[in-house]
Amino acid sequence: MTELWNGLVKAVELIISLDPEVMQIAGRSLMIAVSSTVIGSVICIPVASIIHFNRFRGKRFLVSLIQTFYSVPTVVIGLFVFVFLSNTGPLGGLGFLHTPVAIVIGQVILITPILLGLTISALSGVDRAILDTARSLGASGLQMAVLVVKEARFAVVAAVIMGFGRAISELGISLMVGGNIRGFTRVITTAISLETSKGDIELAMALGIILIFIALVVNIVMNRIQQR
Amino acid sequence: MSLRLRNGSKIAGAVLIVVLLVGLIPGVIGCTAEEEFPLHDPLVRFKIATTTSLYDTGLWYHLEPIFEELANVEMDIVYAGTGIALEYGRRGDVDAIIVHDRAREDVFIADGYGINRRNFGYNFFLIAGPPDDPAGITGSTAAEALKKLHDEGVKDADTVKFVSRGDDSGTHAKEKLIWKEAGFDYEDVRNSGEWYVEAGKGMGPTLLMANEMQAYVMADISTFLAYNLKRDLSIEPIVDKDSIFLNVYAAIAINPETHPKAEIDIANQFINWLISDEVQEIIGTYGTAEYGRPLFFPIASCDMPGCPPVEDYTTPVPAYMK
Repeated sequence: MTELWNGLVKAVELIISLDPEVMQIAGRSLMIAVSSTVIGSVICIPVASIIHFNRFRGKRFLVSLIQTFYSVPTVVIGLFVFVFLSNTGPLGGLGFLHTPVAIVIGQVILITPILLGLTISALSGVDRAILDTARSLGASGLQMAVLVVKEARFAVVAAVIMGFGRAISELGISLMVGGNIRGFTRVITTAISLETSKGDIELAMALGIILIFIALVVNIVMNRIQQR
Repeated sequence: MSLRLRNGSKIAGAVLIVVLLVGLIPGVIGCTAEEEFPLHDPLVRFKIATTTSLYDTGLWYHLEPIFEELANVEMDIVYAGTGIALEYGRRGDVDAIIVHDRAREDVFIADGYGINRRNFGYNFFLIAGPPDDPAGITGSTAAEALKKLHDEGVKDADTVKFVSRGDDSGTHAKEKLIWKEAGFDYEDVRNSGEWYVEAGKGMGPTLLMANEMQAYVMADISTFLAYNLKRDLSIEPIVDKDSIFLNVYAAIAINPETHPKAEIDIANQFINWLISDEVQEIIGTYGTAEYGRPLFFPIASCDMPGCPPVEDYTTPVPAYMK
């Protein structure tokens, strides 16, 4: 129990005192996860719309496949990205291994299935009556698509929040392709892993609490946006 | 008409989201260029992979800024067990490695991946266990101790357990070496029952696991002391006097002929700096304030069987000529 309490006290201390190293790590975590989420959303929301609004053979199978990839372990993605970005790998020449860029690449791959799948679900959830009304009022195909995306925006934002949550909370990718380099690629989850292995359980717990705090703030902000 | 108004507010909402998301992009890119992603930094990045024991004890936190200033480089330190560090080296993902497994170091160099190996420090391994020592290994040699642990563990896994790193690290390699000396085939040991636990983790978590299970464990003295100070372990060193426990750390530069992108000049400077009097003195005193004794010893004080020959660490590495 004392460990839990000390962790909480330490978290509050670190947040109030704005410990520079902790703030830097937290800021980096946030920046990397936001970058991944923005890039992922920019790619996935239009692609999901295209999948949703078009009829083609194997569409169901494709959606099932996307949903299957929700559960890909982060270490597997980490491993593949590592092999690609390693100096001897196909993209080794870019020199991205052990940089924040490598983490962003991994996280985008991680959240792509979630963003695609949940956006497709969101679009599918739009009430048919709205579509019928729009069609009867003479809406064109494009106008209908825009209407559906607008109607589904709550669920789409929920998908984005979900993607962000998965990105900021993952450990495997950051550890394997980021390398947990102090002052460069150390993020909250890798710092927790390191501090635990060093025996600083309280600091590790404090970092965990800060991670949850960041997630809370981001969710409040996103919900505010959603409610406008 | 009312529909349109409702849509109007929705459009405003959608526009707001887009504006905010777009607004984030320059912020992200701005940070990309300035501090978070200093890929175009004029400073050279010099990357090493180091064994976890040197990292977990905080030694690199201490040494990193000194070398960064000296060589005007940005030093990236990836910590990994010897097995992974060697793999990074083989792939050319780092410029130098710090490891502690002589046999694999020699293979690494013979295979053309590394050059300019220098030993720069050492300490010792130990076998820790429950203070009441249920296997009765007090006073044994390392090999005798493992043999007793095996015999007692096979008999009664509830009272005698051994937690192995099981991760191909330098510590794990040393453990295997001692099993060999004790006359065991390692594969037989691994499969001899539930008394033998393979953690697959770094030194610290393995120690914690042994502590929780009240099991025996082999650790390097520095990680043991560091962890004991922070977590107040209930297991304690039982066997720690045996020359086979000698644990020598080595720095190896990545061969630029195999990996032309490796920063060989900085790696050479780094290795020479590690064996310099300045750093040797830091290594010999590091940890004294916290633990009442140093965690590592300067390589020159090594004078027992198994120590590297003097010229192995007193000769600076030559500059690299293409």
